[in-house]
Amino acid sequence: MEVTNDWYLLLSAVMFVIGAVGLMLRRNPLVMFMCVELMLNAVNISFVALGTELNDVSGQIAVFFVLVVAAVEVVVGLALVVAINRRRAAATADDMSVLRG
Amino acid sequence: MHLVFAQVAPNVVAPRYSWAGLSPLIILATGALLLIMFRSVISRLPEKIERYATVALGPLTVAVAWLVAGLVGDDFLFPSIRANLGAFGAVATGVLLLGVAALLVRVLRVGFDAMFTAGTALVAFVAIVVLWNDYWRPSGPVLAIGDQFSFDGFSLVMSAVIVLAVVLCALLFDEYLRREGIAGPEMFVLMMLSAAGGLVMAGAGDLIVLFLALETLSIAIYVMTALHLSRNESLEAGLKYFILGAFSSAFLLYGIALVYGATGSMSLAEISTYMSSVVFLEDAMLLAGLAMLLVGLGFKVAAVPFHGWTPDVYQGAPTPVVAFMASVVKAAAFAAIVRVFVVTFADYRADWQPAIFGLAVLTLLVGSVLAIVQRDAKRMLAYSSISHAGFILVGVQAATSRGTAAVVFYVAAYAFMVIGSFGVLTVVSGRGDRRTSLDDLNGLATHRPALALALTVFLLAQAGVPLTSGFVAKFAIIGAAVDARSFWLAIVAMVAAVVSAFLYLRIVLSVYLGSATDAEPVEPVHPAAGLAIGVALALTVVFGVFPSPIADLTGDAVPQLLGAITRS
Repeated sequence: MEVTNDWYLLLSAVMFVIGAVGLMLRRNPLVMFMCVELMLNAVNISFVALGTELNDVSGQIAVFFVLVVAAVEVVVGLALVVAINRRRAAATADDMSVLRG
Repeated sequence: MHLVFAQVAPNVVAPRYSWAGLSPLIILATGALLLIMFRSVISRLPEKIERYATVALGPLTVAVAWLVAGLVGDDFLFPSIRANLGAFGAVATGVLLLGVAALLVRVLRVGFDAMFTAGTALVAFVAIVVLWNDYWRPSGPVLAIGDQFSFDGFSLVMSAVIVLAVVLCALLFDEYLRREGIAGPEMFVLMMLSAAGGLVMAGAGDLIVLFLALETLSIAIYVMTALHLSRNESLEAGLKYFILGAFSSAFLLYGIALVYGATGSMSLAEISTYMSSVVFLEDAMLLAGLAMLLVGLGFKVAAVPFHGWTPDVYQGAPTPVVAFMASVVKAAAFAAIVRVFVVTFADYRADWQPAIFGLAVLTLLVGSVLAIVQRDAKRMLAYSSISHAGFILVGVQAATSRGTAAVVFYVAAYAFMVIGSFGVLTVVSGRGDRRTSLDDLNGLATHRPALALALTVFLLAQAGVPLTSGFVAKFAIIGAAVDARSFWLAIVAMVAAVVSAFLYLRIVLSVYLGSATDAEPVEPVHPAAGLAIGVALALTVVFGVFPSPIADLTGDAVPQLLGAITRS
């Protein structure tokens, strides 16, 4: 069986859905960050696959920008978790429930 | 073995760019970098030197603005000013302005960081005005970098709103940060960087640039939300905003990838050209891509059903941050929505209009109905901002030039209303942002009559009472909807306006007729915060009483397809 471009797009879609569902179901902020990473990297696969299919470099170039953005997001996210952990021992999303209405 | 780049290189053409077009962006980014560099070397100046340095910043702002107007514009001074005053008059005006600026800073008792930020944003505003007068008026869109980023009238007006919001928020932040004991340059630096992202977003001509600009805008705001490290609410709001924001940008990115796959390009101009040359029937990939783009941008403007983060974040974030978030993020995100959907996918409107229709109806109804049951003023304003987003979506749905003009007017009017409202709340809520319940507003008029009056005007404007900017904005939106024959949407919008009017009037009544619960000593309003609220108030009233100059301005600000123009 030949692996065509559609397989990569399918892989990307499945990864994206796993990330999205994981983010909605898991309660640990760190795991939620991982899910966001999974979603972004799923899109990267799409970009590369589509760029190859279209024979166009801009799809591949987009991946670099996305990687930078993903790194920046992790920096901010981890900083937030550290700041929260300094103030209290456990950091799960359920513990954070001051705000509701 | 050849390197990949070696094969690609012959096709790579260096982009055209213009310093004039980049100037507002350069000013904001340079301002942010200078401030953080200066403050990381010298964290604390002796008090006396800081005071003199701050006062010197006022005239410096005027001087730099004068210089920027000269470098960016064709002439050293504004041509119109020079023509009216003559050379001597212009110099005299300059000297007078320097004196007034120094005096103003002295009277405002504003800190160095806030003054620096306000000055930088004012200079950026001058650059934007020059771009409008000397570049866009005579010769159309101003190129900044190739296809990727340029200014047309639409993005110039949106950018002007964004930088003015930075000025007002800087004035609000000054006293707030000192009151909360978190004084420092971080908030101001992040605010300028975020605004720079907003500027790029308003003028992005390429989907990946749009994504990067959105992230620059958002990531700075996530940090600003969480920056009040000693309040659990602030940290919680920051984390929630961050996770949901990252989630939504992943959707936006997937949407970009799918649109790229379906059309073969990420440049909006090329996408539009491609779409007009090919007859699409139902391309699943393109439709899915558009839906994902709408989800991603819908999160940012807090459209229902993507509004989940808004109440929590608005309630938890430091109040001036909310003022910034509500004005700047909405302006930038709506600019992006208009640019992508109304301009680029104009021929495809039969497919996206129903989606925006549904979002607008849900957003209007959910926002205005849920606002009524809130007990917290910031939470209530969060839901009311959701319902305002619904109004703006009605203008987007019209997909006409009248609709986009209404969107621009609404965004501008709403920005100042919301900065004013949260400005009043910043002052009223006291140390630690504790007194934000609606009950705390009871009897405000007895001990703070001026603030109560300002709050009344802002709330009436949000309700859409005549002689305020809110009325003109809502009128323009509903007019555009009727013009585009979206009668049902216009009716829903009017019902939502009536429902939320009830809410605002109830608060106004309690401000004047309620009795104050406790008698905390009333501190006088800090002059800088007072100025910010006053300016927002003045703009709200002026937009309402004399709408025609502003309406002409927004009517001229028709969004264009940027790449196609800059390349020719």
